[in-house]
Amino acid sequence: MTAVDDPRQLAYIAGQASDARVNLEIETEGMTLNIGPQHPATHGTLRIVVKLDGERVMRAEPIMGYMHRGYEKLVEVRTYPQVTSLINRIDWLGSFANEVPFILAAEQIMGVEAPPRAQWIRTLLFELSRIANVVLFLGDMGVQLGAVTPVFFAFRDREFVLNQIEAVTGGRFHPNFDRIGGLKDDIPKGWTEETKGVLGRIRKFCDEMEDLVTGNEIFQARTRGIGVIPADVGLSYGLSGANIRASGVDWDLRRDGGIGLVHDQLDWKVWTHPDGDSFARYWVRLQEVREACNMVEQLLDGIPPGPVMAKVPRIIKVPPGEAYVETENPLGVMGYYVVSKGDLVPYRVKIRSASFNNISITPWLLEGTYVPDVVSILASLYFILGDIDR
Amino acid sequence: MDSATEAPPVDERRDAVVAALAEALGDGLVESHVEAGVEVCVRVSADAWVDAGRALRDRCAMSYFGFLSAIDWMPSPYGRDMDAQVDLEPSVDAEPAAMEWGLAGGATRFQLLARVHDPIGHLGVTLKADLVGERPEVDSWIGVYPGANWHEREAWEMFGITFRGHPNQVHLYLPSHFEGNPLRKDYPLLARRVKPWPGIVDVELMPGGDGDDGGDEGEGP
Repeated sequence: MTAVDDPRQLAYIAGQASDARVNLEIETEGMTLNIGPQHPATHGTLRIVVKLDGERVMRAEPIMGYMHRGYEKLVEVRTYPQVTSLINRIDWLGSFANEVPFILAAEQIMGVEAPPRAQWIRTLLFELSRIANVVLFLGDMGVQLGAVTPVFFAFRDREFVLNQIEAVTGGRFHPNFDRIGGLKDDIPKGWTEETKGVLGRIRKFCDEMEDLVTGNEIFQARTRGIGVIPADVGLSYGLSGANIRASGVDWDLRRDGGIGLVHDQLDWKVWTHPDGDSFARYWVRLQEVREACNMVEQLLDGIPPGPVMAKVPRIIKVPPGEAYVETENPLGVMGYYVVSKGDLVPYRVKIRSASFNNISITPWLLEGTYVPDVVSILASLYFILGDIDR
Repeated sequence: MDSATEAPPVDERRDAVVAALAEALGDGLVESHVEAGVEVCVRVSADAWVDAGRALRDRCAMSYFGFLSAIDWMPSPYGRDMDAQVDLEPSVDAEPAAMEWGLAGGATRFQLLARVHDPIGHLGVTLKADLVGERPEVDSWIGVYPGANWHEREAWEMFGITFRGHPNQVHLYLPSHFEGNPLRKDYPLLARRVKPWPGIVDVELMPGGDGDDGGDEGEGP
């Protein structure tokens, strides 16, 4: 017998063994089914191993790490301005929103406050990222359940939002625009009017979704009463954003926590739904897009004059201290616990991303459901893999 | 709501959280730090970790689980700080640098870090606990906050902290044959060993500028 000493071969065997262990743990009497890593319902590469008894899910175990990029380690060797280009890529559909809580945390430690104009434009871009992100969810939710048209509408109309983000920041998906003390630049001339035009399109898109999807009998049948999350269970798993508001918890950090952003100066409403099922999550998000359009409209009209950058040193050293800042991002509550020791680089950054907690409820939630419902539940929880794996 | 516009010197709501914990834990509460209007950070003993979570949930209505993680307070032996272009090998006989702790102090290398929130009263609490030893152990929070499950698996693989009573203490992100705890400060950053970091850019001095903290003005509109 020859000994195995090729490291690649050893790694392969170890990989096989770990797969076997997963299967063994979920000791199959019925059938073990792999959903993913490549599955349209997984928005990236999430693998869910489900043990089935007929069509019923006996146990579900998500397996992550296919997209783990180790940001918490990498951030420790990046200077503060460099960090934003990394954390942009956590929730890649609403990139600008990722930067905001980190910048706010660093500002809190430094005792810097962005000028009013910068705060307004920040909030504006924050809400535009929300629209770009959630519009895709609305289309995607349809396509998961077999309706192909909504996703085309979503991609069509999201493009206009991305164009507006690009016009300001220069990046469609990764703006890297937020700075400690303000913003990189001011908004371009004529942008306000153009953006108002785009808002009209998005509002029309929301109405189209209402016509196409919301009242659809098949859609209702596949989402109503499916994947019900009681509020207390959701909170104990740390669900946030539209997922928890769809369970009737009236909690939105834009209204209830926000430092650094100007949501408190706007006239808007937090939407909740009492049902806690897949339909409620879809419905709350639909209303939030409309609400975000209202917010953007008010923000466009109210941008105060002044500089977009506070006085900060060119080389940014953050004094020793700690801060935890969380904001209501498109996917839910996102927070950064930043520990500084007075260097150019953060000492430790704990990234609390929304999807990680949102998806951690799936083993509990999927138990006892049927296979087709797995798809509708996953779609309605709405996660981005980059936001789980970081 | 939490913005510290007119920060009062006394923050009754945050003080009340500390008082409730002190009553529930007794000696288990080691140190607390209240920054009026901004933040409350409480350090408890490792033995009181689960009781602290339960007290926050039941007495202070902190029903929302934010996150659970850890901090390694040992300064990196690799000189991996400000301008480190490469991940240097530590010199063998170098004195280990002294540890410094953050809010609410500390006493050991590893410190647990968790955050819970009251979604009705809109108040969040940061909880810390010192863990003794190089392979520390602490009781699991799953009984109190089921959402801690994955966070504890992450802390286990990234920091090597074992959670007693965890039903499924296996790797979350890393392959199951992975060795080492990457978020520990003494874990080498292999990417820097392979290739020097090209991202360090020397900031050129402005004409007439006096260098680093010259207090440059931001550009106006």
